[in-house]
Amino acid sequence: MTKTRTTAAVLILVIAAALLLAVRFGSVSLSTGDVVDALTGRGDPIKRDIVVGLRLPRALLGALVGGGLGLAGATFQALLRNPLAEPYILGISGGAAAAAVTVLALGLVSAGSWVLPAAAFGGALLAILLVFRVASVTDRSFDVRILLLAGVVVGAFFSAMIALWFALSEASTVRSAVLWMMGSLAGADWGAVVTAAAYTFPAGMVLVALARPLDLLAIGEETATYLGANVEQVKRLAFGMASLITAAGVAVAGVIGFVGLIVPHAVRLVVGSGHRALLPLSFLAGSAFLLLADVVARLVIAPAEIPIGVVTAFTGVPIFLVLLRGSLR
Amino acid sequence: MKLGTDQLTVQYSGAVRPALHGVTLSIPAGGLTAVLGPNGSGKSTLLRALLGVIAPSAGTATVEERNVRAWDRRELARMVGVVPQSETIAFPITVREMVAMGRFPHLGPLRAEVGRDREAVDKALERCHIGDLRNRQMTTLSGGELQRVRIARALAQEPRALALDEPTASLDLRHEMSIMRLLRGWTDGGITVLLITHQLNLAARFADRIILLDRGRVATEGTPSEVFRREVMEHVYGWPVHVGQDPVTGSLRVVPLG
Repeated sequence: MTKTRTTAAVLILVIAAALLLAVRFGSVSLSTGDVVDALTGRGDPIKRDIVVGLRLPRALLGALVGGGLGLAGATFQALLRNPLAEPYILGISGGAAAAAVTVLALGLVSAGSWVLPAAAFGGALLAILLVFRVASVTDRSFDVRILLLAGVVVGAFFSAMIALWFALSEASTVRSAVLWMMGSLAGADWGAVVTAAAYTFPAGMVLVALARPLDLLAIGEETATYLGANVEQVKRLAFGMASLITAAGVAVAGVIGFVGLIVPHAVRLVVGSGHRALLPLSFLAGSAFLLLADVVARLVIAPAEIPIGVVTAFTGVPIFLVLLRGSLR
Repeated sequence: MKLGTDQLTVQYSGAVRPALHGVTLSIPAGGLTAVLGPNGSGKSTLLRALLGVIAPSAGTATVEERNVRAWDRRELARMVGVVPQSETIAFPITVREMVAMGRFPHLGPLRAEVGRDREAVDKALERCHIGDLRNRQMTTLSGGELQRVRIARALAQEPRALALDEPTASLDLRHEMSIMRLLRGWTDGGITVLLITHQLNLAARFADRIILLDRGRVATEGTPSEVFRREVMEHVYGWPVHVGQDPVTGSLRVVPLG
């Protein structure tokens, strides 16, 4: 338990430092004093605009989405009893991307900045419902093996749909679609922060309350039932809540890979597999990771940006391979 | 702790014949009841249906005279501990964490472990002689250690009855005997034990009552001397046997011939 507290404290410090870093640096560098002035409503109005209007919401969105992905990833791994599971494994990203590409290809995005996230969220929900319906074999039972298969198949269907749109669209549309699919926090505003928070926090709290039943689920459904867990209810709730968090994240930031896969593994190596520690710490670690990744994405070739998914993969893959080798030893 | 079934029938979808066919049984409180029968005779299905993890196609299973499907799972888990045949652990956990899962029916999702829970876990570890393994990873255990951890987990539930599905399968004779002695010790402490096993002679020696299943039906039930008769055994197992008394233990024993 002390290990859990220490890890939590370290991660919170990292998040705080990363937040400061994210708010201070960019195409214009600011001092900590500038940031404090901006937050208290004093100082240069341009700097205030940069801090309050641009960098702070972007940093907070990164923290929320990254945390959500870490938490959802840990949940999907427990639910599917599969260490390779990640938030997008059940077709949520496919549904969101297909809907996003559809509105881009049809030119509907000109109607307003809300169209793309709304469409992505709708597509994600559609994928979730579809997969859920398929896996609800009967009224009573919800089969996670079928869930996995359904997710992969639904994802493949949406990929085909995306490919079809690409074939029919102009090069510029394809480019913006591809950039969206790689994920970005560039569109962050306070509306996006509020949306992400509104889904992530309540759903996250439900998941943390399911931590102990998820521990039981990890040793098998039959055993979990004998130990007193309401397995069917736990599976449905965990799937629903983790999916909602993922859908909200995809809607506001696109598809950001690797966070939901490696963060839970890294946390497990430090504090073990107990979900009461794993779930909240995966949220914190995901927050820290995505925040830092976004700082890198913005600064490496500033003033231009590289896609954040590239940063998470470039750093995530080596970390994952090192962890994997370590765990095999 | 009384368990029973009434005309219990379980038909798996796609199966030619029901796994259980109109089984009516009463397992009395106290003592050790062994369920025997050839492969595919319905032993594990009986356990699953008796404890409500599969729904019967007809008939009922009852725990303390109440339909098992009507029990709240947590409430039931405080009454009956189960050690299923096998389980695969998806993520690394320690022995202590595994045994502590037995406290779930008392803790629920939210309440934190208190002294009483820790005592129950310690006592369960103690009684299964695995106190020194508490910080070991489950993946590093031998077969005998693993079984004792899973039994300790069921004990940590502080149940009034314990059901075990082939707990001594693939164990050497020392581990087999130590587990049987543990089970016997608990029946003396008032816990009802239901044991599913393939080991006829172990059942003859340790069980108070035996239920012999044959292709989803009860072939016969009763005390070991009532069940262990040559013609019954030969009919159920389809193999010539000799039934005699073991000169050392005095219990009946079945020796396959040929």
